[in-house]
Amino acid sequence: MNGKPRILVKGAGVAGMTAAVALAERGGDVTLYESGGRVGAGASWMAGGMLAPWCEAESAPEEVTAQSIDSVDWWADHVPDVTREGSLVLAPARDVGEIARFGRRTSHFQTVGTVEITQLEPDLAGRFHKGLFFPDEGHVDPRKALKALLARLEQLGGRAEFGEICPDEATFDWVVECTGLAAREKLDNLRGVRGEMLLLRCPDVTLHRPVRMLHPRIPVYIVPRADHVFMVGATMIESENAGGMTVRSMMELLNAAWTLHPGFAEAEILEMGTGLRPSYPDNMPRVVQDGKRIYINGMYRHGFLLSPARAREAADLIFGPQA
Amino acid sequence: MAVSFYGQDVVSPLMLGTAQYPSPEILRDAVLAAQPGVVTVSLRRESAGERAGQAFWSLIQELKVPVLPNTAGCHTVKEAVTTAHMAREVFGTDWVKLEVIGELDTLQPDVFGLVEAARILTEDGFKVFPYTTEDLVVAEKLLAVGCEVLMPWGAPIGSGKGLNNVFGLRAMRAHFPGVPLVVDAGIGVPSHAAQALELGYDAVLINTAVAKAGDPVNMARAFRLAVEAGELARIADPMEERDMAVPSTPVAGKAMLA
Repeated sequence: MNGKPRILVKGAGVAGMTAAVALAERGGDVTLYESGGRVGAGASWMAGGMLAPWCEAESAPEEVTAQSIDSVDWWADHVPDVTREGSLVLAPARDVGEIARFGRRTSHFQTVGTVEITQLEPDLAGRFHKGLFFPDEGHVDPRKALKALLARLEQLGGRAEFGEICPDEATFDWVVECTGLAAREKLDNLRGVRGEMLLLRCPDVTLHRPVRMLHPRIPVYIVPRADHVFMVGATMIESENAGGMTVRSMMELLNAAWTLHPGFAEAEILEMGTGLRPSYPDNMPRVVQDGKRIYINGMYRHGFLLSPARAREAADLIFGPQA
Repeated sequence: MAVSFYGQDVVSPLMLGTAQYPSPEILRDAVLAAQPGVVTVSLRRESAGERAGQAFWSLIQELKVPVLPNTAGCHTVKEAVTTAHMAREVFGTDWVKLEVIGELDTLQPDVFGLVEAARILTEDGFKVFPYTTEDLVVAEKLLAVGCEVLMPWGAPIGSGKGLNNVFGLRAMRAHFPGVPLVVDAGIGVPSHAAQALELGYDAVLINTAVAKAGDPVNMARAFRLAVEAGELARIADPMEERDMAVPSTPVAGKAMLA
């Protein structure tokens, strides 16, 4: 191939941003296009950003863990502020049986009791007596991470265009389409799974790592961000209604936060968000090639976890398998 | 051996819920393994507006198993009636599994609201499958307002405790010999389902026990085998229990080696 292949990446969510950076790193002349006006205009903006290959094995197929173990390193290599403090899994006293079930279906954890939980998260001292600690996991702030990938793309010589006018596809050698649910007319069986999240500011509580609160019906996670901001998420509803959060969902999320620490009662609600996760029937992402067009879609709830592996897969289709 | 609800035969006494599976694909595989006579689907209001849940419902309708929509999570008569109407429109069936929840910790039915909602829906032409307790008086009232099926709980929803009140369930079976009875809620493992069928129940409804198993597809198959075992055992007329041993080999005629 003479010269750099000209590649248009459509969509600046986590699938598009990881693909754009990975393709630029492999030598592509990358143009990123996003109709939404900024990075993360879709579901990625609402993501938890947990890099949790082993926790996800609780409900996801084994491939999710296998394909995402390297992604913690990928993110640490590409964006600043990847926190590698592990993740903690807890349950209220009445649901403590859920911890055993979670443990049976996952690996790479330590069982922790009152003392260890206090050492890991001093603010939770005395509140929980049994949990699981996954030391090798990490988390990122998705919004900062997407912006950092945009900066990285520009460093690598890539361009980004935002707005209503898409560059002429005919002037590119390849089009990589990462547009989530917007591609549903072109991709069979793609559906949206509604998720709702909250951002809270709570100066009274300090956490160092994501905490998952197990509950038989309403599992909730709380991810610390900078400046005492916490992301609380996320509901999973088989619906493509992208409208505002319901009272029921809000109560479920707030109850979990309050159960974790009563200090959340005084938290300020900064944001309520709803997103639609693009999903295939097996809830696993796919890379689909159609001539010189490649679709990366169906990230479901695993965008930050699985997009580095899918970006690599797309790059291999264009540049051949990497040695 | 056919089970029949409101005059419609179904192929199996296993009724399978469709919520909480790891993915729609695993749900589909579990349905193929369970071969249920009926699948239940819950309708939430935020997915009913503008048919926002259509993508998921289409997957369910492709399973080609009769669909029983439910009013899961409704706490008032009005909510349950509204949800039932939305479900009739979405799924094109007049069957509805009626849940009116009365208590948050046990998810116990509000039997007063249940009877009232059943009356309203029956008058509206619905064929109501009420989720109730084993209380015989409530059961009488549900039948009086037009229900032709009763679905008593085995144990609280999602608890997996099995048949908590075998005496009460047995009494209900004896009291309503001609009414289709379904144990709904609380079944945790296949032996619980077999037990319900052995007691003479016409069917069992299971969701969490399959959906939340480590391997939902194999658990679905296990439940299919269990209901088959329970049904065969009932038809085969089980022996009576007794307090004393009965030697399976007659003593008379045995060689006496004194």
